[in-house]
Amino acid sequence: MGQPVDLKLRHARRSTKIKELAIQSLLIASSLVAILTTIGIVASLAFEAFRFFQKIPLTDFLFGLEWSPQTAIREDQVGSSGAFGVIPLLTGTLLISFIAMLVATPLGLLSAVYLAEYAKPKTRAIVKPLLELLAGIPTVVYGFFAALVVAPIIRATGSGMGFEISSESALAAGLVMGIMLVPFISSLSDDVINAVPQALRDASLGMGATPAETITKVVLPAATPGIMGSLLLAISRAIGETMIVVMAAGLAAKLSLNPLEAVTTMTVQIVTLLTGDQEFDSAKTLAAFAIALFLFILTLCLNVIALKIVDKYKKQYD
Amino acid sequence: MTDYSLTTSPSLKRRHAKETRFKWYGRTAILIAISFLVFMFSAIIFRGMGAFQQTKIGLEVTFTAQVIDAAGTRDPQVLAQANYKPILTAALAKTFPNVTSRNDKKRLYKLLSSGAVFEMGKQISSNPSLIGTTQTIWLPASSEVDLFMKGKIDASLDESLRRLSDQDIAYIETLQKNGLIKKKFNTAFFTKGDSREPEMAGILGAALGSFFSLLVCFAIAFPLGIMTAVYLEEYARKSKLTDLIEININNLAAVPSIVFGLLGLSIFLGVFHIPRSTPLVGGMVLALMTLPTIIIAARASLRSVPYTIREAAYGLGASKTQATFHHVVPLAMPGMLTGTILGMAQALGETAPLLMIGMVAFIVDIPHGVTDAATSLPVQIFLWADSPEKGFVERTSAAIIVLLAFLVLMNLLAVFLRRKLERRW
Repeated sequence: MGQPVDLKLRHARRSTKIKELAIQSLLIASSLVAILTTIGIVASLAFEAFRFFQKIPLTDFLFGLEWSPQTAIREDQVGSSGAFGVIPLLTGTLLISFIAMLVATPLGLLSAVYLAEYAKPKTRAIVKPLLELLAGIPTVVYGFFAALVVAPIIRATGSGMGFEISSESALAAGLVMGIMLVPFISSLSDDVINAVPQALRDASLGMGATPAETITKVVLPAATPGIMGSLLLAISRAIGETMIVVMAAGLAAKLSLNPLEAVTTMTVQIVTLLTGDQEFDSAKTLAAFAIALFLFILTLCLNVIALKIVDKYKKQYD
Repeated sequence: MTDYSLTTSPSLKRRHAKETRFKWYGRTAILIAISFLVFMFSAIIFRGMGAFQQTKIGLEVTFTAQVIDAAGTRDPQVLAQANYKPILTAALAKTFPNVTSRNDKKRLYKLLSSGAVFEMGKQISSNPSLIGTTQTIWLPASSEVDLFMKGKIDASLDESLRRLSDQDIAYIETLQKNGLIKKKFNTAFFTKGDSREPEMAGILGAALGSFFSLLVCFAIAFPLGIMTAVYLEEYARKSKLTDLIEININNLAAVPSIVFGLLGLSIFLGVFHIPRSTPLVGGMVLALMTLPTIIIAARASLRSVPYTIREAAYGLGASKTQATFHHVVPLAMPGMLTGTILGMAQALGETAPLLMIGMVAFIVDIPHGVTDAATSLPVQIFLWADSPEKGFVERTSAAIIVLLAFLVLMNLLAVFLRRKLERRW
């Protein structure tokens, strides 16, 4: 009558085991999505960029000083083969990122130092979320604000002082982007400063140093690697930022370091090349993928270095 | 004798002054950042509040049956598409009996929005019993009239420098005297899709586009994110594979968002041929973007569940899966949900990747599902900000206010969940 108890148990055990295995493989499969996404990004960018480099030589792209992606409509058209040099885009991107970091670094670091070392817990509880609010605002809002409010103010101030400032300028985009980056720097630096062992501070204070001296001469040097990491992450953000520059920086690809002029960036060009009418397979469309690959590699390098520094630093005091 | 007393030492005084200054640097930095925030919010709110009101003109309209529906079918389709222009001109002539020349009549007609006829068509087709009667109805004024009523067109400027002529302003003043022009709550802004005319443009289409995109994003990213987190925290032993997964997650979190858009363009649109401009493909791209955020939050939440919970489950004979899914995951759920909501909030504000997959088109129709062409709220803001029409400035700001309101709501929900449901161990 019926199966022996032993067999039944074994049966049940086996079915549980199968179920466990099934669930485990499902879990592994979903974890692989992260890897698949990276592969997808690299593959799609590399594939289209490869097709681009079949039409335009890699050296022309990397070292070309001119960017004007107009391709010929007719085969026999003269003088419109287009120039695909990435250097003007790179200088534009770096110029805006530099202005942004010029704003964000002092603001972010000083806020972090104050919050970590001076602020009362109550002040901290109010100020920290307020600063982080800056990171939560969609970038399209910053872009709108930069184009509609900040750029006219800069322009009016400039003409008051006798400067000619174009309505779209690297300065406006950079300033607003700088504010956007403040929380990225301040919260990571805040963590890093907090991780500096209290013993170091106590020793310095015990020797008669003022709190300010302790911070500048002991705490900050000890926290430098971590702070560098946070700055690198912020730079990577600035380079990849799209909406603020699309709305406030302009389209003209000029090889210029003048912050009062309109400059263009890599992300702006990707957007302009890929929105609106596009013929597939033209060098113009494919160029967007080549820029994106360049952008991806650039930000990836910055991130990897930044994460390595932060990681190494964390271990130092653990 | 040298005086060593601390209070008078000049170098100490200098050092203390430095201390005070240093503190003030920090305070100033925070003050600058926060006042920028306040300045930005107040500038946008100040500009955007006007859009919640729309100038309307009251007209005594006679709905002549001959003009609207001569055949008498009363078919809603016919009623909606009938030619209402003669009816409007007649109503205007009644309000302004002194205006006779053709040019002036045209000018008068232009005070109304070009969408006014559609508005009438909609009213009649939803309520055909109005045909044959005379009613006072309020129709949207044109964008220029609206701007004038909101004080954004300076009447003291030279006539050639403004969009409204002296004659137009005289008409508006007559209407004002008779109480036939008023600012009313702008329902169109919340119930309509995009339009070329600022006075007829609304955000419902974009808001629903965002909603459907987020729905898709949630449906993909939430289960995937949680399963990945469970695998990494509960199942996986440290190996090359898990290291690789972790590196990937960390790096994906820092990849520029526009790159995800290109991934969507070449893989989702190019290889899988998912329809362009739809919330479906938008949601998929956003899901890949928010995945790292959700995974990181979910892992932290799983880690905070004490090991004793697992041991107790094992002790009672539970299998690994049972212990994980019956005990650990439910306990970690509030934290996972909080992280997911924050990830969704981030996805809601994302613009750049959606531009890449064609969600940037001019779309009037309101989407009804994930496969209808749509835009999203931030993309709509971008499109309006780009528009040369002056009337769109306040609408852009108003759309930003709505977007920020949604973001605040989502963040409050996350805070609420954290406070109410999360357990401290």
